[in-house]
Amino acid sequence: MARFVLRRLLQSAVVLLGVTLVVFLLLQLVPGDPVRVALGTRFDQETYDALRERSGLDRPLLAQYLSYVGHALTGDLGVSFRSGQPVTTIVLERLPATLSLAVTAVLLALLVAVPLGIVSAVRSGSLVDHAARVFSQFGVSVPDFWMGIMAILLFAGVLGWLPPSGYVALTEDPARWASHVILPAAAVGLVTASILTRFIRSSVLEVLAEDYVRTAEAKGLRGRVVVLRHVLRNALIPVVTVVAVQVASLIGGVIVIEVLFAWPGIGRLTYDAVQARDYPVLQGAVLFVASLFLLVNLLVDILYARLDPRITLR
Amino acid sequence: MSRREPGGTPARVQPAPDTGAEPVGPGGGDGGLRRALAALWRDPPAVAGTVVLLLLVVVGVAGSWLAPAGVNDVDVDRMLQPPSGEHPFGTDELGRDVLSRVLVAARVSLQVGLVSVGIALAVGVTVGLLAGYYRGWADAVLMRAMDVLFAFPVLLLAVAIVAVLGPGLLTAMVAIGVVYTPIFARVTRAGVLSVREQVFVRAAISIGASDLRIMRRHVLPNIAAPLIVQTSLSLAFAILSEAALSFLGLGVQPPAPAWGRMLYDGRGFVTDAWWLGFFPGAAIFLTVLAFNLVGDALRDVLDPRQLTVSEARRSTS
Repeated sequence: MARFVLRRLLQSAVVLLGVTLVVFLLLQLVPGDPVRVALGTRFDQETYDALRERSGLDRPLLAQYLSYVGHALTGDLGVSFRSGQPVTTIVLERLPATLSLAVTAVLLALLVAVPLGIVSAVRSGSLVDHAARVFSQFGVSVPDFWMGIMAILLFAGVLGWLPPSGYVALTEDPARWASHVILPAAAVGLVTASILTRFIRSSVLEVLAEDYVRTAEAKGLRGRVVVLRHVLRNALIPVVTVVAVQVASLIGGVIVIEVLFAWPGIGRLTYDAVQARDYPVLQGAVLFVASLFLLVNLLVDILYARLDPRITLR
Repeated sequence: MSRREPGGTPARVQPAPDTGAEPVGPGGGDGGLRRALAALWRDPPAVAGTVVLLLLVVVGVAGSWLAPAGVNDVDVDRMLQPPSGEHPFGTDELGRDVLSRVLVAARVSLQVGLVSVGIALAVGVTVGLLAGYYRGWADAVLMRAMDVLFAFPVLLLAVAIVAVLGPGLLTAMVAIGVVYTPIFARVTRAGVLSVREQVFVRAAISIGASDLRIMRRHVLPNIAAPLIVQTSLSLAFAILSEAALSFLGLGVQPPAPAWGRMLYDGRGFVTDAWWLGFFPGAAIFLTVLAFNLVGDALRDVLDPRQLTVSEARRSTS
């Protein structure tokens, strides 16, 4: 187990180093002088010089990279070309909005996917099973932002029940936060739900075929007890890991939904940085999300290896 | 990797021809391919998906001839008109015919999908082949590089690449191609690792066949099945990604029509003009659904042990 953890830690460190290289190179790919591109036509020489100096773009590439990694390790992701604020502060400010959206979306998804996945596995081939398949095929094929637009049309336009967009912090007013989060979370959650439904279905089906389930049935336990006590306990372990990875991937992956619903999260920040050519913010947001994604994957792998010792043997 | 045929009988792993020179087709040679196609034909969702895809190709090729009006025929007197006989999908905020724009935009989606998946396939398969065949350092370096690309959420990386290279059709295709490369590299490498231990590959090595020849004639044909499946599913994801990029204004630039961009432009009017939000989105949905249905059916037939579409999406999102 210790060797496995060490190996995974090392692997993640190497990949993280590669991630910083990709993020660093993004700025080098900008055609021309990135500071000039960012500032546009209206800028004074003083601002230009200050930003150029601060971003260290005149130094050799390797020196720039080492300094970037060194600063990133201490949590310094540079300063915004636009506001001059530290990028780390800007990114962390946006985290609560994105996190609350991602967690709500995954909770909504679980609410649908857990019962649907279990029933469609236990009653494999039934009408519910077919409905679940149609649902999950629909969910993986539909663009979430189209669902978002249709939801705005129905719930904000026709019915007038919910606000079409905007954000209220959870800590400020939970009720208004809920009314704002429900549409974007449902749009994102639909896709997540269809992924989870299939996953839970196949996980439960796999456990249902195990010998100990047959033993439990053979000793006369009722179907419900077998499913609840023996099947779910084992079938839901991999699901926990998928859920964690889903939350992590949603943190960086809900750009379009955040733009559509004017939700001031990390996705929206990325979009605004792209529009404003604020490359340090773009780099910072991308690096933050990728690191978080790596970290969650690492933790999930370790947790999973603890829960299932067979993993470390592979 | 052992394959199962539709009937459930295990497919025979390719026998090793003594000469080591005979190419072998996916799914167990030509007969396997024929059986696979026959099985597809018996699967109603796959048939529906294929029909939609064929229609889409026709629209993609002949969209501008089929369109009842010019895509940029602005007519301010006919702004935001609901669907009617004259404009079956209504008109947009500039009075342009939505049906015509949806039809012409099909070409963009297909083009981006095909080219970007083509890039991902070419680069990914090459990387996977080299890594899996040579193992050792090549494997370690190449696959770690793929792991790095895999560490980014797909859309975020695509957005970042387009943001620095500048928005447009070409950069969107390159960006989507880059983000889908690792999945092809992984699928290829996994296939190569199992095929290269087969007797017929060893036989080819022992009679002195060159590495290139072995990879081309013996390894590639035997890993074609998972690659075909992955290609079909990736086309669906690529079209979704293109729609998302153009929704963010990072794809094809106006006035050229793209489904995602039409949704973005129409989002401000959606409560007054539902057709602006509905039809372009429905077009994306049908296209992606068709690719997914065909991809799922191909997987069931060619390579049942591969990821389902949702698992594949999870691993690439």
